[in-house]
Order: sequence, then structure tokens, then C-alpha cells
Amino acid sequence: MHEIDGGGFGGLGAETLAPAASRRAGKDLRFQVQNLTRVEGEGSLHLLVKDGAVAEARLQIFEAPRYFEALVAGRTPDEVLDIVARICGICPVAYQMSAVHAFERLFGVEVEPATRALRRLLYCAEWIESHALHVYLLHAPDFLGYASAVEMARDHRALVTDGLRLKQVGNRLLSILGGRPIHPVSVRVGGWSRAPRRDELRAFRPELEEALRLAVATVEVALSLEPPAFEREPRLVALHHPGEYGMNDGRIVSSDGLALSPAAWGDAFHEVQVPWSNALQARGPDGLPYLLGPAARVVLDHEQLHPLARAALDRSGALESIRRNPYRSIVARAIELVHAAAEAIEIVDAYQSPSAPAVPWTPKPGVAAWATEAPRGLLFHRYEIGGDGLVAAAQIVPPTSQNQAAIEADIAAFAPRVLELPMEDATHALEQLIRSYDPCISCATHFLDLSVEREGPS
Amino acid sequence: MATAGPVTTGRWGRAEMTARPRVGGVKFASCDGCQLTILDLEDELLALTERFEFVEFAEATSRRSSGPFDVLFVEGSISTPEQAVEIARLRAATKTLVTIGACATAGGIQALRTAAEHEAFRSAVYPAPAFVDSLAVASPVSAHVTVDAELRGCPIGPEQLVEFLTALATGRRPQLPDQAVCVECKRRNVTCVVVARGLPCLGPVTMDGCGAICPRFGRGCYGCFGPREGANVDSLARWFAEGQPGPTPRDPAAVGRLFAGFTGAAGPFRAVTDRLGGRPPRTLKPAVARPPELVPESPPTWQTGPTMGEADDARD
Repeated sequence: MHEIDGGGFGGLGAETLAPAASRRAGKDLRFQVQNLTRVEGEGSLHLLVKDGAVAEARLQIFEAPRYFEALVAGRTPDEVLDIVARICGICPVAYQMSAVHAFERLFGVEVEPATRALRRLLYCAEWIESHALHVYLLHAPDFLGYASAVEMARDHRALVTDGLRLKQVGNRLLSILGGRPIHPVSVRVGGWSRAPRRDELRAFRPELEEALRLAVATVEVALSLEPPAFEREPRLVALHHPGEYGMNDGRIVSSDGLALSPAAWGDAFHEVQVPWSNALQARGPDGLPYLLGPAARVVLDHEQLHPLARAALDRSGALESIRRNPYRSIVARAIELVHAAAEAIEIVDAYQSPSAPAVPWTPKPGVAAWATEAPRGLLFHRYEIGGDGLVAAAQIVPPTSQNQAAIEADIAAFAPRVLELPMEDATHALEQLIRSYDPCISCATHFLDLSVEREGPS
Repeated sequence: MATAGPVTTGRWGRAEMTARPRVGGVKFASCDGCQLTILDLEDELLALTERFEFVEFAEATSRRSSGPFDVLFVEGSISTPEQAVEIARLRAATKTLVTIGACATAGGIQALRTAAEHEAFRSAVYPAPAFVDSLAVASPVSAHVTVDAELRGCPIGPEQLVEFLTALATGRRPQLPDQAVCVECKRRNVTCVVVARGLPCLGPVTMDGCGAICPRFGRGCYGCFGPREGANVDSLARWFAEGQPGPTPRDPAAVGRLFAGFTGAAGPFRAVTDRLGGRPPRTLKPAVARPPELVPESPPTWQTGPTMGEADDARD
């Protein structure tokens, strides 16, 4: 899919593309996909193939580090809400949600029911914006054979304009709630700097109805996109709540029986540094990978889906393929678009303004920790608050950091199927696989290049 | 810039296609939010691609180009040795280089770290900092190469982006904001949060461009668009430190932190923080009881281990 025009920003060089003849000689080979595109951030993929078997699959993240965990030190909780949003322009709300819930839990703040509902509405808006961007602009072009949504629009204009409209509804709802779609300003400890009026939200209902129609159509589109045949048995992790689809509240559960408070993420999971990436990776208690995100949520929380989303999932019959085939995450995202639009309508219909935008609170020293469901999966924050009410230390574990090991495990399992293909086709199939996790490399620190290296027996 | 041709509906012919300006979008250290603002122009996006040839935009297309560019939008601050080399190469390949957003124009929040904090930051975040390559300071693009135009904001405002692109397409000068956020509040009839609620607000010294979002949402401006030229930043900071608007003096560091935001490295704002405090601490404690280890091997593949259910509950 890549038309290389003059070498490529970040150095996609011809020297990384090994001649097909030598790859077929049964020798070991290193294979590098440089400059991953249609992801948020900068990363590359490096494969080492020894005697025809994948010996190493390394997702290299070379997004420059920005040291957010150090930048929030010495700041107040409300300042932290503004700062951590800047980790990601695509999912700033997720960063605000994990942080605000962590602080409120430590400080013993009970928010009004209207605030709890509005925070779900804010998350619905971000899921719509982020999932529509990914499904239509970043991932669908892979399935249909285009380099971008703009090129796809030449043949499928209605498809692209529908996707843009769906994304726009999410962004407009974010603006109503937080002033702007990227880095909204209204989330505060205890509630909001300003809560919306009932009539503002009511007036927006027709747009949400349109979004719901477009989301239901998105499920049909996603189902029609033929996934490459690839199945594996992943360990899934998501937030689960018996009465609602996992977003801000509940327990961290896994497909193999974990159930844990979101504050206690560190009891089961831990971070490691690998020399080839600027992003720390997270691992399960046994050092093994686990998978987060829409597919994990749909599988673990499908009983909590809105009835309309549940009906769409049941009609699709795709639950098992969503679980086993990573390329089916596009269907999971479409199901979640239906859920987010349908739940947003219910929240808007039931909304009564809170009696005050925010409840009063005072800081307490201690550990503030929580995890919520970013569009890409579970996002964990942990802050140590000092006696001065300021942050003394912070740990932020983005979903893409946690998914890195799972992505590498999937690539190692999938790559042998494509290594005999021409280099361009192999690269395309692997890039499409990596994009299926919607990696946000800016968050995890960002960018994809593929390199494959084969080492001959010496 | 020459005009790109008449505005028409329908497809451009081949001759007109070749006349479209070659536009690129690249990023350095940043959150992607300013590039995303381009993709968030949902109503204009497809029309824009008919006026401009987007030859490089890795977030949105797999087609790549290293130049030449008629116009290059640059997001992010320069934070690694490779980025410093790359921005110089891009400058040489570009006619009009436009920085977009607070990171590219002012260094962003990451530019709050100075050389003095660099080692402490690296060690606090990474167990083996030697594998992580970053410059001691994160700096705006203008510290490295000549910048032809800048769009400010964290993120940039979509209206200014459309105005800038429209001006490019029609060959006129873009009309960009040059007044303070205060003026926008008056224009929109927003109740002043300083006067009515006693909140400190950077509106008097901050360039408009957001449409006064923070005051409209019940809070003081935090300076996303950076200091307006000639604003009396020092006087406002002193007034806040005295406790105005209100009866009690404020902690000077808390006032300093107001200015230590997303454009906090811009000269007039940095001067306040240097004087009053509020910069990130130079010594940092480790974030977790179990610091991350360095694992030199490739990760394990999917396999069945002991189930995580055994690491269960009853501890929250």
C-alpha cells in the first residue's frame, strides 16, 4: 500500500526491504516495517525470523518521551486534570476520567448522580469520536485497499461522509460538555466547572438519533469487511460492572477469572521496560501478555450492552470471532458505537442539572488510584498526594502500553503466514494487524515502521 | 502564494490537480491533537483535499513523502537529537513552514523541564534511562529553524485553521486573532470570572483564539494560546500574588503554576515562574513500590499460564 515518494519522513528506506529471493532461501531474515501510518504517534515493527520461524517480534515505539509522570509532580489535583489530558489528543477525556475518579476516591468525594451520568455521557462522546475516526478513517481503508480515507472517498464517498458525520456528532457533544472536542476544560474534582443546561442537551437529541442510525449502519459495514483468517486464544481484561457497560466504575476482570478493584491494578499487573521501546510495557502477574480494548470489553461485558447494541451483536453472530480474531475489533468498535449513541440518548432524556456544578472537597494525603475504559482499553492512574495536597509521585499506564506485549504476541503468531508473500503484501497485512488494536503511540509515548530480519545459519 | 484556481464544485481536472499546493503534516513530541484538528474539520475535509494535495500526513494516510512541500504544518516540540536533524531537513524541503499548536510554537508543557531536571525526570520515569534518547530541553521549532507562520493554541482553533487554509487557497493574508481573551469575553457578553467570582484568570495577557472557552465554562483562562505581545504579564502576576481579586495573599508558587502551563516556556510566562516558583520539583520520588524492571528479551507468546483468578480480590 505504500507509495514511497522520496524516502519517507522518518526514514522508510529501500535498504530495509530485503529482496524477496533471499527471503525465500530459507535463511534467517530481519524484517522491518518502518513508520507505521494511520496510528496516533510514531512506531515501527521489527521481526527476526530464524530458520523460517519468528524468533522476535518487537513493537518499537520511538515517540519522544515527554515525562508526564514527572510534569504532574508538585501540582494540585485540578491542575493534573488539565495536564494529563495532553498525553493524548484523541482520548483526553479518558485521562481526565481515570485521574478524577482516583482523586475523588482518596478524598472521599461523593459526586451528585447527575455528575456520574454526565461523566458517562462525556465518555460516550469520546468513544463515538475516537471509534468513528478509527473505523472509517484509519482501519476501513485497509480492508478496502486504499491508502487513506480520502482516497477511499473517491469510490465510497457516502461511506466516508457517514463516518465523518458520526465523528462530528461525538465531537459536538464533547464541545457542549467541555467547550472543545480536544482537551475539554470542564472536568473538575467534585464535578464540573460548568454543568450543561437541560435544554442544551435536549436540543442535541436529534443529532444523537442520527448518530445511532449511522452507528447501526456501521455494524453492517464492519461485518462486510472480510478479516484475514487468523485465530488465537487471548487473555482479555476489561472493567466490568453488573449494572452498566464498563466505563468509569466496576471491577477489573479477566477472561481467566480475575476480579479486582480498579484502584488495585498494581496488585495483578506490573510494568517492565524493554530496550527497544520508549514506552514501558505492562504484563500480567505471570509475566504474560493480556489484551485490552473494544474486543475485550464486548466479550467480557456483552450482557451489559445497551439492548440495541446487544441486538446488533446477536444479529451479527460475531461474538466468538471478535474474541478470537484481532481483525474483528472493527466490529467490536461498531457495536460500541451503537452502545455509546444509544446510552447517550438515554442520559440526555433523563438529565436534570445537578444542584451545583461541583460538590466541595478538601485534599487528603495518601494514594489516589483508579482505572477507567479509554476507547483503546483500560487506563490506570496512581498518584501519591503529599501533606501539602500536591502530587508527590505519579504512575500512568496507558492502554497501548498494556497492549504492546499482546500485539507482539499476535504478530509472532500471525507473521509466519505472510512471510512468503511479496514484501509489500506482508507489510500491509502486518500493519493492518497492528492498526486493529488502534494503538495510540502518543499516549504510550508514538509510529510504525516494519522491519524483518532473517539470520542465516552461520 | 499564487492562487490555486477558482473554487468549483466537482472534480479537479488533471491540469488543476498538478497546480494544487503540496501540503504536509508532520509531528514531533506532542499529543497529535493539533493534527487531529485537521481531521476534525468534518464539513470541510473532503473539499480541502480538492484544493490541496496532502502528500504527507502519517496519521491519516499510508502514502508518504519527504518533500518538497509548498506548505508544511509542524506539530510538536523538538525533543530528541534525531528530531533536531529532521526539522532542519524538512525546513530545507519546504516553502512555507507553519507551526501548529503550543508544543511547536512554545515548546508545550514538556518544555517546562530544563536541563537541570532532565536527569531526574528520566530516572523517575524509566528504570534504564540509557535506552531512552531525549535532549536535555524540549524546544519550540523556532529555536531550530525559521518559521513562516504560526497557529497557536492547545489545541489550535479549528476556525483559525480554516481561515489559514482559505487564505492559502485564495492567495490572501490570513486574519488571525491578535487580541486578548478578555476582549473575546466582552464581545460574547461573558460574565468576568475575576470580577464576579474572584478567580485568577490569564485572560488579560493571553492571546485569544479559543473563543474564551474557560471563562464561558466557569473557570479562569490557563493560557493555552500563549502570551499576547506587549501584555503586562508581570503586573498581573504581582496582582494575583497580593491576593487580588480577593483579600488574602496567595502562595507565590501557586501563582507561578498558573503561568506554568502549556505555553509556560514562552518568555513572559517563564519569567513569572522563575521569579515566583511553581516549576516541577528537581528531585522526584519513584512512582511505585515495585519499580519497572528492565526485561531484555522479547515478550512471551500467548500461552496458558496459571489463571489470574488466583490473584483475586479482597484487597480493595
